[in-house]
Amino acid sequence: MPVVDVSDLHKYYGAVRAVDGLSFHIDAGEVYALLGENGAGKSTAVEILEGHRTASSGSVSVLGVDPSDAGRDFRDRIGIVLQSSGVESEFTVREVIELYGGCYRNPRSLDEVVALAGLDEKVDDRIGSLSGGQRRRVDLALGIVGRPELLFLDEPTTGFDPSARRRSWDLIESLGDDGTTVLLTTHYLDEAEHLADRVGVLSHGRLIAEGTPEQLMNQVSGTVVSFMLPDGFHPGAAQATFGSLLEVDIRVSGRLVEANVDQPTAAVHRITGWALDEGVELESLSVSRVSLEDVYLSLTENVGQVESS
Amino acid sequence: MSGFPSTAAQLAAQTRYQLVTFVRIPVAVFFTLGLPLVMLVLFNALFGSGTFDTPDGEISAQQFYTGGLAAFTAVSATFTNLANMVPIRRDEGVLKRWRGTPLPTWIYIAGFILSAIVIAFVGVVLMLTLGVTVYDLEIEPAKMPAAFVTFVVGVGAFAALGMALASLVKSASSASAAANAIILPMAFVSNVFIQVDDGPQWIRTVGDLFPLKPFAESFQDAFTPFVEPPAFDWAALAFIAAWGAVGLVIALTRFTWEPSGSAPRGRRSRRTASAG
Repeated sequence: MPVVDVSDLHKYYGAVRAVDGLSFHIDAGEVYALLGENGAGKSTAVEILEGHRTASSGSVSVLGVDPSDAGRDFRDRIGIVLQSSGVESEFTVREVIELYGGCYRNPRSLDEVVALAGLDEKVDDRIGSLSGGQRRRVDLALGIVGRPELLFLDEPTTGFDPSARRRSWDLIESLGDDGTTVLLTTHYLDEAEHLADRVGVLSHGRLIAEGTPEQLMNQVSGTVVSFMLPDGFHPGAAQATFGSLLEVDIRVSGRLVEANVDQPTAAVHRITGWALDEGVELESLSVSRVSLEDVYLSLTENVGQVESS
Repeated sequence: MSGFPSTAAQLAAQTRYQLVTFVRIPVAVFFTLGLPLVMLVLFNALFGSGTFDTPDGEISAQQFYTGGLAAFTAVSATFTNLANMVPIRRDEGVLKRWRGTPLPTWIYIAGFILSAIVIAFVGVVLMLTLGVTVYDLEIEPAKMPAAFVTFVVGVGAFAALGMALASLVKSASSASAAANAIILPMAFVSNVFIQVDDGPQWIRTVGDLFPLKPFAESFQDAFTPFVEPPAFDWAALAFIAAWGAVGLVIALTRFTWEPSGSAPRGRRSRRTASAG
């Protein structure tokens, strides 16, 4: 039985459809990422699964129970890292870990939590004196102190500097290796690509794509060719020249030209041949494998087109 | 698998945690425990040699102030303290975090209330100790049961009213203002700061509508020589308890765990949400 099973979930706030027909499931031990822009419905969906909100309609099963009327046993088996929730700033890291840990049946020891969250040096500091990133690690620490079977992580690394993100990823990966099931929401594509076994792309309250990061990337034509628009070229004129050379539609953002091509060798040959003939340099010319970001952009573009037509 | 910690252990841990929080917030300690003591010293320095006429007899100013300010301390520690701290914790998202743990929510709330009662008890004992040692306050053992029962009913009722106010206000900043805007004028018409029995009728009437005046007077009775033991004023206690019951109903039906504005709610927020 899946750890999380959501089917046709809806949540309305008046006329606003925050979640609008969401269905997905998460198997035991999986790290599942809900990916979507701000306002896509990620947090609302997760808070329904946590039991903080009730659904307008649809069925939700988490660890075999309906979270909206689940009690203490349910909350003993889950860990929650909310997007923003305070901790008692008058207390030290040690005190809050012991205080919150004291509510669970089988909590992790202080040393284990502190080591996992990377708070060794801050254990006797008051929460109020910690930096934003350190407080977020306290959030993670309190999320895992109860040894959860299922951990909810709502945008766990938003606002982190790159090295703090890496450390948090290491923590989440080690939890995944432990067999903890993780539901992660993020709007960072690299985070989903790095951590998730499967990704659900959420837009306007429903899934528009789902699969392993690999599967999603395979949905979009394989290779991205990009370069800077040569001097003297008007962005509006780029499609005529480069679109026809590459034989696909191109995207221009600022002076960056990007195109997804199926046969990169031939495409690069045509475009570099043209550049040599014309005597222009294509700065920052690169050929790279398609990223989850490209997938995401192409998916959400399609949704936009469908909705405006 | 081992079971959950016992209810008693969790209640003790939560009460202790709220008490530690309290002593680590100097401004809370000062306003709750320090300021009433300062008032006692000031009022006695200014008016302590006089007496007040009451319908029942003459009461010395020292007895009047000590009893009234002891009651006021108990109200500060429960009503004002809870109406301040609970919305702060809610705004911070601390309440929501606790709600996601296996701690039964009632134990969290009970820890808040029990800690407030402990603080009230400490405050009253401090006040009475100062009264006895410096201001000739007489403690008659025969009337202490009445003083204790009055204390228990009063702090229970004012804790419930503090939770009710915490449930009704939207944000922590308005909670603090609302609590003080209620309790300070009420203290002036309730025989805490000044004797109002000679004051205008409307002030006496207003005072009689709210629970602080019977609470303060019951306390004063316990320390006034002309009131015979055991000095139980059951009508006053019933009136205070009735106010407490109203507070409890409001708290139980209107309490929220989430910071205001975390979810679109009501007409205005709907409009904002659809515009965004």
